[in-house]
Amino acid sequence: MNNLLIAGGVGVAFGWALECAGLGDPPKLAGQFYLRDFTVLKVMLSAMLTAMLGVFWGGRLGMFNPAAFYVPETHLLPQLVGGLVFGLGFVLSGLCPGTSCVALASGRIEGAATMLGLFTGLLLVGLAFPSIEPFYRSTPQGPLTLQRLTGLPFGVMVALVTVVALSVLAWISKREAAR
Amino acid sequence: MRALRSYADPHVAGVCLGLVLLACFALTGQGLGASGAFASVVSGVVGAVSPETAVNSAYFRSYLQDGSPWTAWLVVEIIGVLIGAATSAALAGRIRLTFARSTRPSAARLFAGVSGGILMGIGAALARGCTSGLALSGGAMLSVGAWVFMVALFLAGFLSAPLIRRLWP
Repeated sequence: MNNLLIAGGVGVAFGWALECAGLGDPPKLAGQFYLRDFTVLKVMLSAMLTAMLGVFWGGRLGMFNPAAFYVPETHLLPQLVGGLVFGLGFVLSGLCPGTSCVALASGRIEGAATMLGLFTGLLLVGLAFPSIEPFYRSTPQGPLTLQRLTGLPFGVMVALVTVVALSVLAWISKREAAR
Repeated sequence: MRALRSYADPHVAGVCLGLVLLACFALTGQGLGASGAFASVVSGVVGAVSPETAVNSAYFRSYLQDGSPWTAWLVVEIIGVLIGAATSAALAGRIRLTFARSTRPSAARLFAGVSGGILMGIGAALARGCTSGLALSGGAMLSVGAWVFMVALFLAGFLSAPLIRRLWP
């Protein structure tokens, strides 16, 4: 029960942040892929940087044990193909699963269309799963991380990702200032 | 028609979102998610309508094995997302039942919304997560699969966008 209260509370904060950023508006999200509006990249990179640095420094300061945090299983081929199919769908609907809920909650009817599609897509995969399963389970790497892949220490990998993400954010603001 | 009030600075909103994700990791040991909630609901419906179909698919079974799919952690989290987004939009004067930047429905956009949803459902199922659960949460934990998914997503998006330019002006 306590766990579900946390789920609800985290969800409210999550939806609030997405709505404030404007991520419930399909033209804004689709605009990212036409290089017209960089909100999606700005929000994603700032959020990822904040969480990654928080996980690293919180662990260093002994506030929690980051080694106990969930790392998704890597399956290279299904995640590569899944990402390509997902990206095409993202451009078409101008929303992703989380932001389709934000769109509907703020009254954009397109959010409901995307949610209907999501239910259908997942239903199709579930029904066809016996024939998809071999591909779904192919190329397993376990909970592989970038630091384990490269052999670099956690702190060095965090620093590298920070530099790359900040460079992209700086490039975006320079591009916007030039306009 | 009254103009919608403007949104927050994306960097500030992003840092807030990152702090929500960090709090989620610290409190529960796992990240945020979205597509998993949709998968739970679909599995719950299939399990109720045709239990035999649900049993025959390891995909549906995986969402039905840990108690009721209706009160799964991610389902409750997504109900929270709906409440949080509606509250934020209402307080900022941005809530309005409408079509995006248009008062009339566009058949092409609704069709694109549904087909895009279908493709994202298939993609998220194959990848084991979407932009929230895999790209953002897994990306922050430096998961290799999350970064492969994120790069593939943006690559497909940037390459396919010029082909469907007139959809979202």
